[in-house]
Amino acid sequence: MTAWEPPDRPRSRLAYCCPEKMAEDREPPPLADAVQTDFREVEEGEDLFVSTVSTAEQLSPTSPEPASFPAEDISTNSNGPKQEILLDDDQEDLFAEATEEVSLDSPEREPILSDGPSPAITPVTPTVIITPRVDALFDRSLDEDEEAEENGDTFDMQITVSDPEKVGDGMNAYMAYKVTTKTSLSLFSRNEFSVKRRFSDFLGLHSKLASKYMHIGYIVPPAPEKSIVGMTKVKVGKEDLSSAEFVEKRRSALERYLMRTVNHPALVKDPDVIQFLENTELPRAVSTQALSGAGILRMVNKAADAVNKMTIKMNESDAWFEEKQQQFENLDIQLRKLHASVESLVCHRKELSVNTASFAKSAAMLGNSEDHTALSRALSQLAEVEEKIDQLHHEQAYADFYLFSELLGDYVRLITAVKGVFDQRMKTWSKWQDAQVMLQRKREAEAKLQYANKPDKLQQAKDEIKEEIEEWEAKVQQGERDFEQISKNIRREVERFEKQRVKDFKVVIIKYLESLVHTQQQLIKYWEAFLPEAKAIA
Amino acid sequence: MMQEGLDDGPDFLSEEDRGPRAVNVDLQTDATLQVDISDALSERDKVKFTVHTKSTLPNFKQNEFSVVRQHEEFIWLHDSFVENEEYAGFIIPPAPPRPDFDASREKLQKLGEGEGSMTKEEFTKMKQELEAEYLAIFKKTVAMHEVFLCRVAAHPVLRKDLNFHVFLEYNQDLSVRGKNKKEKLEDFFKNVVKSADGVIVAGVKDVDDFFEHEKTFLLEYHNRVKDASAKSDRMIRSHKSAADDINRIASTLYTLGTQDSTDMCKFFLKVSELFEKTRKIEARVAADEDLKLADLLKYYLRESQAAKDLLYRRGRALVDYENANKALDKARAKNKDVLQAETTQQVCCQKFEKISESAKQELIDFKTRRVAAFRKNLVELAELELKHAKGNLQLLQSCLAVLKGDT
Repeated sequence: MTAWEPPDRPRSRLAYCCPEKMAEDREPPPLADAVQTDFREVEEGEDLFVSTVSTAEQLSPTSPEPASFPAEDISTNSNGPKQEILLDDDQEDLFAEATEEVSLDSPEREPILSDGPSPAITPVTPTVIITPRVDALFDRSLDEDEEAEENGDTFDMQITVSDPEKVGDGMNAYMAYKVTTKTSLSLFSRNEFSVKRRFSDFLGLHSKLASKYMHIGYIVPPAPEKSIVGMTKVKVGKEDLSSAEFVEKRRSALERYLMRTVNHPALVKDPDVIQFLENTELPRAVSTQALSGAGILRMVNKAADAVNKMTIKMNESDAWFEEKQQQFENLDIQLRKLHASVESLVCHRKELSVNTASFAKSAAMLGNSEDHTALSRALSQLAEVEEKIDQLHHEQAYADFYLFSELLGDYVRLITAVKGVFDQRMKTWSKWQDAQVMLQRKREAEAKLQYANKPDKLQQAKDEIKEEIEEWEAKVQQGERDFEQISKNIRREVERFEKQRVKDFKVVIIKYLESLVHTQQQLIKYWEAFLPEAKAIA
Repeated sequence: MMQEGLDDGPDFLSEEDRGPRAVNVDLQTDATLQVDISDALSERDKVKFTVHTKSTLPNFKQNEFSVVRQHEEFIWLHDSFVENEEYAGFIIPPAPPRPDFDASREKLQKLGEGEGSMTKEEFTKMKQELEAEYLAIFKKTVAMHEVFLCRVAAHPVLRKDLNFHVFLEYNQDLSVRGKNKKEKLEDFFKNVVKSADGVIVAGVKDVDDFFEHEKTFLLEYHNRVKDASAKSDRMIRSHKSAADDINRIASTLYTLGTQDSTDMCKFFLKVSELFEKTRKIEARVAADEDLKLADLLKYYLRESQAAKDLLYRRGRALVDYENANKALDKARAKNKDVLQAETTQQVCCQKFEKISESAKQELIDFKTRRVAAFRKNLVELAELELKHAKGNLQLLQSCLAVLKGDT
């Protein structure tokens, strides 16, 4: 496992990790490689309004040019006016606006969780919004997963999401992301390829997977959340640090989402997934919009489900399920609590960074006005130390966030998906029971017919009933089979999920602790340099 | 004796010299008169300080004795110095700030109210923390009162003051009441007049370069210290908040550890333990920064104000002197009341020269003290920061070693 490495310095430029450099190996790239690019802000169209116009032309396909990283000009691809964001040096703005993630209650998220691979999170470059690359956590070469062996080839797949680009203008603008896949799996036609996708494409993918697999008990990884506030800022063209942060947060989340999805042995083979990764053009996922017909249908279904959940009282014959559900319930509560505390820590550390910077300036001023030369010098040195320390806090806050907080957030959503799967099992059981009830009724009806008085209609009715009975017997059998199948699937999925969870947490927590180690080492360095200066005051 | 800190780890006050706790002031400990606060008791809304004196001076009946004093009596003593014309040429040691436990008490109360909503462990933990905070504030206020007394005891003239001796020796209540409303109002107006006057006086250009320089220097310095003091307070508060968060994280990790059915339980428990320890260190870092940096700045904020006050008094005397000169010239010209004018002029002259002479020395001493105090505190700050960072590092590394070994 690679140690967490300290991020690079420059604060004002949005440095972005260059995907090509990732290409070299699947090890987390040392962040020293971070290339500074001009960050182009692209606006993602979070359409609340149904638009049937296929804006396929906006999905400007990137002609495969992975090798030449267009560090300067992606201009050829984007249809919209490009906007360069020049981040100012003003640190005060840094956290001036907390970007509130308002998640539209998107039904797509309700499904399932993936027991997919955990997000590989690499250290963050503090240089403003660099997020950890999703990587080595997904490094399966070390993993003795039996599914990988089933495939024949060892799992070898690396997905990166990069180059957010604003396409279009005004409220219809949206953000396009480049999705690059590197793999040796035979499922794919090439070893390396990339496409352009927009946020709703990801949601569309998730929606399809959920509808296909959720009801048979597969934990489908939830897609990242929609955010009205965040996206509106981006659309409106607000080119400040907080929208840049928002885009980076989203980019990272999308990457983790894809990696989790493809790490699921069944999902990676799914044609929709393959199409998503490979096809240069994708039909626009219109039904992900909240107010579309499909959207409304989803909302209705969701409400119905909620009601059902309350009314279905399942006779749990299998203690395993009861126990597991309780465990997940408890885990959910604790993870949410932990997540909240970590978010608070991130916030306070950012605050600490800002306040330390402000104190540094003040100390420098004090040093200037001090008329004793040696003391004056020492105070200036103190100011410098504090300035370096504020940088340190800033970096640590990023590590807090991208390593720890995002992991927790992902898992809170994943557990919602797990709970969804358990609910599906309940629904399946309920359907089976209903079928049994129907069958019973039909049999009673048949019995009644035996004692009926109208001989001429009797035979016809008897035949009908017999048919219906056969029909319902089949349904009952199917119901039982479905129930057993989903139970079996869930057991397997949960096992894989837990294994993955353990792995994820261990890796991330260790990386996080390494970041803390680094911070302390730097602190020691700075104070050791200062001490002689303080002693030199005569 | 005062309770020691509840946390494990060195009591941060014990790192200072055990004599007069000259936190922010570097004072010679002089055998002829040593003053310290040996004990303190916090009651409902007041603090009782036990002032302990050791002296070989003949003025006192015994060589060693103690009395109990409250905050108001310190203020009385300070004010008596300020009002004493004889001391106009000295930097009067700044009065210690009033002990303020309100915030802490409020928090403890809120905690008591919220007892039902948290687990027993959480409650005990938070209670311990609040108690530690209360104790820290308590120690600070004791230190600040002590420093005031030590400054007085170290001053060649002030130490002989009669009020001071009464303060030290008289073992009954000094019956010093706090100012009533009328007096407070009077004070308020006095201050307004003084500030206005201060502006006028400050405007008078001084022939003496030394004082002119000091005037400009002190003005700027005072403002910048004020700013630095405020900013350092904010920085330290953020630090404390972050430590609190880590505390909560540790608790939740602990719960997760006890609940988890997988391999993770040991992991979580170990990390929870780690965070418990690191957050104690973080809290200690914040406390030390508070003591060595924030308090230092606050103290010099008050002292620089006292120095400014001295300059004001001198300026006032200068203006009076110049006015007396003008009056004398006028009287001579009119040949009326010349003798009276001459006497006034002489008195003003003497007063001015006396103040100037001692002021110069005081200001030089002020600088020496300031440099020494900053040096001491900055060195100690750096040493403590290093100590804590190393402690933290060691904890983190050993935990990592264990965790990686298990994986």
